[in-house]
Amino acid sequence: MREEPLVRWDWIGRNWPSIQSLLEDHVVMSLVPIVVGLLVALPLGLACVRWRGIYQPTMSVMNVTYSLPSLAVFVMLIPVTGLATRATVIVPLAFYSLAVLIPAVVDGLGSVPDHVRQSAVAMGFTPLRRLLLVELPIAVPVVLAGLRVAAVSSISLVSVGALVGRGGLGYLFIDGWQRQFYTPIIVGVVLVVLLAAIADALLVLAQRLLTPWSRARGTT
Amino acid sequence: MNWLVDFFGDPANWSGSDGIPVRLAEHLQFSAVALLLAMLVALPLGLWIGHTGRGALLVVLSANAARALPTLGLLVLVVLLAGLGTDLPVLIPLVALAVPPILVNTYEGVRGVDPDLRDAAYGMGLRGGQVLGRVLVPVALPLILLGLRLAAIQVVATATVAAFVGLGGLGRYVVDGFATNDYPRTLAGAVLVALLALLVQLVFVLIQRLVVSPGVRRRNAVR
Amino acid sequence: MKRLFSTVVVTLAAALTLSACGGGDPLTNTSPTPADSGAAPATGGGGGKVVVGSANFPENVLLAEIYSQALEAKGVQVEKKLNIGSREVLYGQVKSGGLTILPEYVGSLLAFIDKSATAKSKEDVVAALKEKLPAELEVLEPAAAEDSDSLTVTRELSQKVGLVTIEDLAKVAKNYTVGGPPEFQTRQEKALKEAYGLEFKEWKKTGDATADAIKDGTIEVGNVFTTDPKVIINGLISLQDTKHVFGAGNVAPLVNKAGVNETVTGTLNAVSAKLDTAGLLTLMKRVSIDKADAATVAKDWLTQNGLA
Repeated sequence: MREEPLVRWDWIGRNWPSIQSLLEDHVVMSLVPIVVGLLVALPLGLACVRWRGIYQPTMSVMNVTYSLPSLAVFVMLIPVTGLATRATVIVPLAFYSLAVLIPAVVDGLGSVPDHVRQSAVAMGFTPLRRLLLVELPIAVPVVLAGLRVAAVSSISLVSVGALVGRGGLGYLFIDGWQRQFYTPIIVGVVLVVLLAAIADALLVLAQRLLTPWSRARGTT
Repeated sequence: MNWLVDFFGDPANWSGSDGIPVRLAEHLQFSAVALLLAMLVALPLGLWIGHTGRGALLVVLSANAARALPTLGLLVLVVLLAGLGTDLPVLIPLVALAVPPILVNTYEGVRGVDPDLRDAAYGMGLRGGQVLGRVLVPVALPLILLGLRLAAIQVVATATVAAFVGLGGLGRYVVDGFATNDYPRTLAGAVLVALLALLVQLVFVLIQRLVVSPGVRRRNAVR
Repeated sequence: MKRLFSTVVVTLAAALTLSACGGGDPLTNTSPTPADSGAAPATGGGGGKVVVGSANFPENVLLAEIYSQALEAKGVQVEKKLNIGSREVLYGQVKSGGLTILPEYVGSLLAFIDKSATAKSKEDVVAALKEKLPAELEVLEPAAAEDSDSLTVTRELSQKVGLVTIEDLAKVAKNYTVGGPPEFQTRQEKALKEAYGLEFKEWKKTGDATADAIKDGTIEVGNVFTTDPKVIINGLISLQDTKHVFGAGNVAPLVNKAGVNETVTGTLNAVSAKLDTAGLLTLMKRVSIDKADAATVAKDWLTQNGLA
């Protein structure tokens, strides 16, 4: 196996178009679960804060879904969402994101200091204005921390979908494995990590933009 | 439900090299060894960085980077390079996955200890190492244990991928079930892994009850 | 400013989400088509788009590429879904129309549909298939090229123990571990036992690493496909299947009748007419050993044979 070089650079050049398509597919399949996860986690997290009783059962359900191995869930979803389709990958990943984002939303809202909340009430803010203008903005750092974890995990997990016919850059791992060919595997790993790094950086940037007051105080 | 009853009720599935006990043992073995190795790396590192405050950037960067590493890609690469002779290849991506939660939570745990406590300890005449061992670690313990727990669940769930390269463990049921269109088998594999993960969680909750001093309050976890 | 930023982000996200709910295959040259789904009904009556699928091993990917490019050269719109899974998973998809074309091997296909089938020669197998395949499906003209399952050992072992046929293996197999793709055991364990009295100590699921696993001793015997160049390179030898448990492995396209028209079938038959075992072995060497990509190798072969 040592006769095969670790990287055949010319392979990358020749295959760039198909690598690009895989990259595109990968981006879509990692982005949608996070967005959907956030859109669902916000109201759900709010509900858990409002009615503390449902937090525990919700988290129990999330715990169970989180412990289901992703590969198995992909396989089991095939009869429902189809073989080699994006939905088969997106649905489970959205659930995994939820498992991280709901606690993030709950903890984020919980991190609002009482005196701040009371000041808002004293100033005459309605619950909705309080939520949108005071509580959510303060919750942003915690929520975004959760979002970063969800994003990075999603991007990494998409590749497992290759084992059931749709895995974005994960296809490179399968192809490389089948032909004992290192180059596609290494290219795939590098691109996945790069993608995750970019997503992470974008979210950090978003945090800075959304919490200008923390910049003023000199903390992140 | 019928499927599960059929699978678990069939005695053939409880004996032999593809039986549940063997696969369970293999899976536990990968997971335990990977977790142990990750602890050996991440605990000292997290404690040291949390205590001295140096290299905090390293913690953040490496934690995020390690979480981004695609398990399947690493697994396949390592097996191609090292061969199938041993089970060692599967450990590398699993350790890479387990280190971030342990490292980050240990670091956050130590760093998050009330500065007054730390000052009081120094004030009492304790030296660096003693402050760490007798004050910081006990107070940080809930978060450290949480990090270990999160890592353990991740590892147990992800070890299923090892079956793709021909290794054993509960992932065998998932992969073989898919290859033979035998959904009951895949479902059984998923259920077994989930149960194992939940069991692991229970064990950690128990450990927490036993080991954490009642005076220490729980703080928020970092996943 | 912050509110504007948030609004923009949410709008973009919603737009992306909605557009992603379509989804096509990234590996096609054509742009992704909306409303794609593995369980979509057949595109109907041919002339429409065909979906070429492949199983999860390199030769099948290569064959799918050959079929796809040959069809595209004749103006047919093709969507490729490569490297998906085993026949157990794919067969149902072809039947329901989610896939239109799948490169198949007549002997194994027959054994899959009818476990009690006894046909051995190419002609008998094809005739049996015509009978046994459901109405929606059809197998087109088989090529001369054959790729079968095998039981393969190292040359050293073969010489040391005197293994030439599978019958020889049956005498010693109780001490041996056998490897192969995950579905090998469920497919062949019984047939091998009935025909040869063959029993192994252990069945390992070595998948794509089987040829190497035999070479480095992890397993003594393995199912290596007969056109895998590794047989020669790793110094292996396939044992003779004197009782024909592994049926004729001629390559032929399995198609969903409703999804193909005469252009499609004509093109595929033309491809099969030119495909022989020696040729296939050469192509596989390029793909597996020289690490050339299936798409390139397919294109070269088609050009050489005047099919593209």
